[in-house]
Amino acid sequence: MIYLDHSATTPVHPEVVGVVTDVMQNIYGNPSSLHGLGVKAERLVEEARRVIARKLNCSPTEIYFTSGGTEANNLAIRGVAEKLQSRGRHLITTQVEHPSVYDVMKQLEQKGWRVTYLPVDRDGRVSLADLEKAITKESVLVSIMHVNNEVGTIQPIEQIGRMLANYPKILFHVDAVQSFGKLPIDLQKTPIDLLSISAHKFQGPKGIGALYIRKNIQLMPQLVGGGQEQGIRSGTLNVPGIAGMAKAVLLTEKQPHFLRDCQKWKKALIEKVTERVKPVVINGDLSLEGGAPYVINLSFPGVKSEVLVHALEEKGIIVSSKSACSSKTEKPSRVLKEMGRNDQEALSSIRISLGYQTTAAEMEQCADKLIEVVTKLQQVMKVRSR
Amino acid sequence: MSFDVILLRFGEWTLKGKNKSVFAKKLLENVKEKCKEFSSVRITQEHGRMFVELNGQPYEPVIEKLQEVFGLVGFSPAIRVKNDLEAIKKAALSIVRGEKNVQTFKVVSKRSNKKFPIRSLALNQQIGGHILANAQPIRVDVHQPDLSVYVEVRSTGTYVYGKDVPGLGGLPVGTSGKVLLLLSGGIDSPVAGYLSLKRGVELEAIHFHSYPYTSERAKQKVIDLAQILTRFGGKIRLHVVPFTEIQTEINKHCYESYSITIMRRMMLRIAEAIAQRRKALALVTGESLGQVASQTLESMNTINAVTHLPILRPLIGLDKQEIITISKKIGTYETSILPYEDCCTVFLPKAPKTKPEKEVASRLESRLDMDRLIKEAVEQTEMIEVKPESPETFSYFS
Repeated sequence: MIYLDHSATTPVHPEVVGVVTDVMQNIYGNPSSLHGLGVKAERLVEEARRVIARKLNCSPTEIYFTSGGTEANNLAIRGVAEKLQSRGRHLITTQVEHPSVYDVMKQLEQKGWRVTYLPVDRDGRVSLADLEKAITKESVLVSIMHVNNEVGTIQPIEQIGRMLANYPKILFHVDAVQSFGKLPIDLQKTPIDLLSISAHKFQGPKGIGALYIRKNIQLMPQLVGGGQEQGIRSGTLNVPGIAGMAKAVLLTEKQPHFLRDCQKWKKALIEKVTERVKPVVINGDLSLEGGAPYVINLSFPGVKSEVLVHALEEKGIIVSSKSACSSKTEKPSRVLKEMGRNDQEALSSIRISLGYQTTAAEMEQCADKLIEVVTKLQQVMKVRSR
Repeated sequence: MSFDVILLRFGEWTLKGKNKSVFAKKLLENVKEKCKEFSSVRITQEHGRMFVELNGQPYEPVIEKLQEVFGLVGFSPAIRVKNDLEAIKKAALSIVRGEKNVQTFKVVSKRSNKKFPIRSLALNQQIGGHILANAQPIRVDVHQPDLSVYVEVRSTGTYVYGKDVPGLGGLPVGTSGKVLLLLSGGIDSPVAGYLSLKRGVELEAIHFHSYPYTSERAKQKVIDLAQILTRFGGKIRLHVVPFTEIQTEINKHCYESYSITIMRRMMLRIAEAIAQRRKALALVTGESLGQVASQTLESMNTINAVTHLPILRPLIGLDKQEIITISKKIGTYETSILPYEDCCTVFLPKAPKTKPEKEVASRLESRLDMDRLIKEAVEQTEMIEVKPESPETFSYFS
């Protein structure tokens, strides 16, 4: 089996499994307890927090653990919207966000907030000019993802952050779930106020993530109770998950050639497939600066995504259609539609996403099987090549 | 543009006479220790100058580390070229281009290698001319330039540098003898420790622990604070004194209003004993005049009477806000404000005496089995070595 669905989730690294297991067996105290077992667990949590803060170049006190990316996004957006509603009730985001951002915005809209959804170009990128135009005196939050989960397009978060620095009353949230650990993020260099990450996207355990909240920013807690995480996120800390996440963060540093290799393989696969199969549409930005090289999104008009995913699975190649969370709904991809693709193109896309264990041989096999499967399906579906 | 060396600038200790070499030697040790983590970096000396040879290592993280070394007043990342006019011009130009927002400049040349054919003044003109011609728009301003480009022609090569990054100043740690810092978990005492390190002392610390009235977390907090101070002072020995029995005895036998006074006197007696064992020549406290009841002059007088050791109080001239500013700068503030009980807050009397008298204190103390209490406390003191390396105790993240 060749697993190429790393944007959905990654296999947990054996060393992470080791840490999680050991913590479960030996450090079972509640970090909030007064006694020695609690102190030990607390120290482990704080050490893990330091590891994660070091990676982002921020202070450990700015890291708040959550149950994952979805909760981090919810907390960031709803937490800010509710806290700052007396200042203004206008939020800005993009048309291509992950549902854990997009749907929160939709929900807030129903509750009376005004939301601007920025359009994207054919590559899936927002424009700085559009963003600046959307800003009003009522705006309190801009939420823009770093790397798009469906097509891998990188949003210019550095430029956006610098531009928004001219509007000190507007907070900037970045959903970095698909980029953290792979693309460099330096919070000292990029003015970002809130940033979401999730462990299972980089060989960590599921059910653990974090939200970076810049110092002195207040937001409304979405879970109340024991007052953990400085009262921002109550709930007994997931100590094994936290330790596992920190371990996974450290392991990301052992992959210096990851981006370079991915870019090479991505280019090779796309060249081979476009040469041999028609029609095919490449979704996303192919340049190294503009698109995450570990995400490849292709549409084969006339061949339904779901059919293609199953046919590839029969050949031992695991890929996905749209993002994992929405794969079960039969609707053309919102992201692809926003990028100007027609219904046919938006219903026939697959995502191939690479991970640290991916090899050149696997990518070659993937290309061959893809060509084989698509050609066959095109004959069955009577797709005419142009 | 990449820099080859960082030039280190020294502070007031270079004014010393015969002792100078002691200071230089200690500083070299401290700088070497700080640069240990950068495998390619070497430290060299030449004619009273100290250089950090980068060998490809980016200079920013190195300077960040050196900004924790007392005795250094500044750093300049420099380019080293051959003693050749064209190469020097090129380096000088790249220095100018590497700086942002430079509208005016001047060139300051120094030719310590007299075999070099061009005199300093002529060098200034030629290099300045080259910059003027190639870095427009830019003007020369010899009085208040945005950037001074320094050119030092030495026998081994020419050093060209511009930027001057400020250092901490002070004296090299380890050149002024040893002191013992009374380290509580508060904001003040770590700052006092920092300021005494600034004057070149070697630091050990003493903490009074009243388990179970104060928790393991409170002790850990003090270890963490000492750990932060090691960034400036290298390894710190922390003496943790079991203080529970003394506190309960004071509570049982003495007037409540005098409990703080007597507690402080006991602390000083124990600290003096530990200082003698460790050959420390003075005690350091975070006291500042008038902050709390035990910090009136009357109170200090009564408390101070039990020891002959000098007590240094580096915070005496500072306001609370100034102390907080320093603690934020050195990174102890966030840890200091963690809300754990310490030994001073647990047995806090409702109305402490602000003008305690020595005679009363002595009389009350005569009710205690003083010698035994002190002897036992000293003997049971735990010594913890706090090292600059990360305090990680879990093997998971190594």
